[in-house]
Amino acid sequence: MQERKPRFVSLSGLDVHRVYTRDDLKDWSSDDQLGAPGEFPYTRGIHSTMYRGRLWTMRQFAGFGLASDTNRRFKYLLQHGQSGLSVAFDMPTLMGIDADDPRAHGEIGHCGVAVSSLDDMERLFDGIPLDQVTTSMTINGPAAVIFAMYIAVAEKRGIRLDRLDGTLQNDILKEYIAQKEWLFPPEPSLRLITDTIAYCAEHAPKWHPISISGYHIREAGSTAVQELAFTLYDGLTYVDAAVKAGLPVDRFAPQLSFFFNAHNDFFEEIAKFRAARRLWAREMTRRYRPGDPRSAQLRCHAQTAGCSLTAQQPMNNVVRTTIQALAAVLGGTQSLHTNSMDETLALPTESAVKLALRTQQIIAQESEVANSVDPLGGSYYVESLTNRLEEAALDYFRRLDDLGGMVRAIEGGFPQHEILDASQRYQREVERKERIVVGVNEYVEPEERPIPILQIGQEIESEQVARLSDLRKTRDPFKMAGAVEALQEAASCGENVMPYLIEAVKAKATLGEICMALKEVFGTYREPAVL
Amino acid sequence: MAVASKPLRVLVGKVGLDGHDRGVKLIARALRDAGMEVIYTGLHQTPEQVVSAAIQEDVDAIGLSILSGAHNTLFRRVLELLKEQDAEDIALFGGGIIPDEDALTLTAAGVKALFGPGAPMEDIVKFVQGLKPQG
Repeated sequence: MQERKPRFVSLSGLDVHRVYTRDDLKDWSSDDQLGAPGEFPYTRGIHSTMYRGRLWTMRQFAGFGLASDTNRRFKYLLQHGQSGLSVAFDMPTLMGIDADDPRAHGEIGHCGVAVSSLDDMERLFDGIPLDQVTTSMTINGPAAVIFAMYIAVAEKRGIRLDRLDGTLQNDILKEYIAQKEWLFPPEPSLRLITDTIAYCAEHAPKWHPISISGYHIREAGSTAVQELAFTLYDGLTYVDAAVKAGLPVDRFAPQLSFFFNAHNDFFEEIAKFRAARRLWAREMTRRYRPGDPRSAQLRCHAQTAGCSLTAQQPMNNVVRTTIQALAAVLGGTQSLHTNSMDETLALPTESAVKLALRTQQIIAQESEVANSVDPLGGSYYVESLTNRLEEAALDYFRRLDDLGGMVRAIEGGFPQHEILDASQRYQREVERKERIVVGVNEYVEPEERPIPILQIGQEIESEQVARLSDLRKTRDPFKMAGAVEALQEAASCGENVMPYLIEAVKAKATLGEICMALKEVFGTYREPAVL
Repeated sequence: MAVASKPLRVLVGKVGLDGHDRGVKLIARALRDAGMEVIYTGLHQTPEQVVSAAIQEDVDAIGLSILSGAHNTLFRRVLELLKEQDAEDIALFGGGIIPDEDALTLTAAGVKALFGPGAPMEDIVKFVQGLKPQG
């Protein structure tokens, strides 16, 4: 029988054979390549019992409007069985800009929640017990400042820092590579990250000070191989910076976490998660010889691929998300966010978010896929894909080494260019119908019925600006100025800035004021032109 | 009178704070491949910077990408500035996560076209090619 296509390729462009057999795994040994679950090289998962012991954390990313709006959404999600919180901040907050800055006009509360001061952070977590939930905060450039606000809220409520559990995204390298939300140049940014890592090692040992993220790299159009390679290489760059700053690897490496995309190519994605764990375990062991096995374990969060969703026939997105979520689960993720069907149109409505959460609950409770650890382990196809992804990532590692490391590579535009080329290849395949996107280039419907979407009102902006103006009038200006000055001194002399940031936010210095003060010390960054 | 037409000049860029530049860069490449002169402003541009660059570069069209939800404010501001500077002959088009309702009011206000996720590149290129070069 004639095959449908002359060539079958994965989403990332890898050739796929008609059938996989023992011949595809010639030098493969299950002892070396797999090991047992919970054991080196962790291909099968970082825990021996995996989901038989505990299901993954269902963590829906949420944030919009004012702190009080998002606080209500958090409580809604917790009430419907979500097990962890995840904060989406608005653009001004992500860029370290206050709500009353002219550049913030029109952006406040639109793609996340507006947090300009400690007061906002207090309202965001009002009535939520910080010692009983785990909180993930997706913020990078000003991550240390936002973390200082979270710590200050905990301190005010008498919660010990060693009870705090959660994750700060805090991954600046992928910002230069893909998401493009940076404040300072790479070197001082790496130093700020090292400061948060050192602070957590000392004071908040359960907190994950960084979530090394491939998600955004993939959303920017990369292949699975590029996502895997650039993310793990970023991770090694952070480890290197912390070790060079004098931290013993076992003091901090067990708290590092990762964040991956779960995209459409089902088996390739499963293989990506498995390859990531094996590659990290091998590289960490080879480079740093850690004594604590947890230092070589890659734990991760996953999110289904926002960029795979379509504005056309949005209900189809529920099905896409289900398949992607299943891949992340079969890949052995520790926590998961499922996108809502309406996210190519606006921020998700309450009912769309609930459906996304229910999708995870159905996978967890009804599909029975969580019964056995790494159920695809030993599959000729999946093992072969895992090997190829690992090898292709190692090729990128060598190229990045040759370029002098990730910071130099970014300054030369290398990862940016690789991603843009991959993204253009994909776009052309879709245009030529070599790839079918249901409802977009095939099975198109002329008239579509709109679905309800969430609207963010204009009044949010004026309310947030008014609050900020009140704060500036009522705080002690001398105390605030003193705290900011002390912070600048610590920043310029290389002292860990975390304690100074905590004092500055307590003195009601705003996010924008603190970031501006740090820019005076660290400078700003201009990206290389890549087109 | 048919004269060898000079290539269209298009300024594309990102206004506002979001850094999602995959779409805008692909469009810049596609317009360039179609023979146009493309000026890419880079990220985080203010409407003022965009309009002044567009006038300085003497472009026929401005294409802006916004994925942060600030489209209502930013597109309107660009239109206002074009009007103030007597440069309304420069066509403004754009794309991003823009709800239908907002797209309707923005096109009524003077944005020539808005392209959502999944819009075929060919349509965007054809649209720009359909704009007349100035003078």
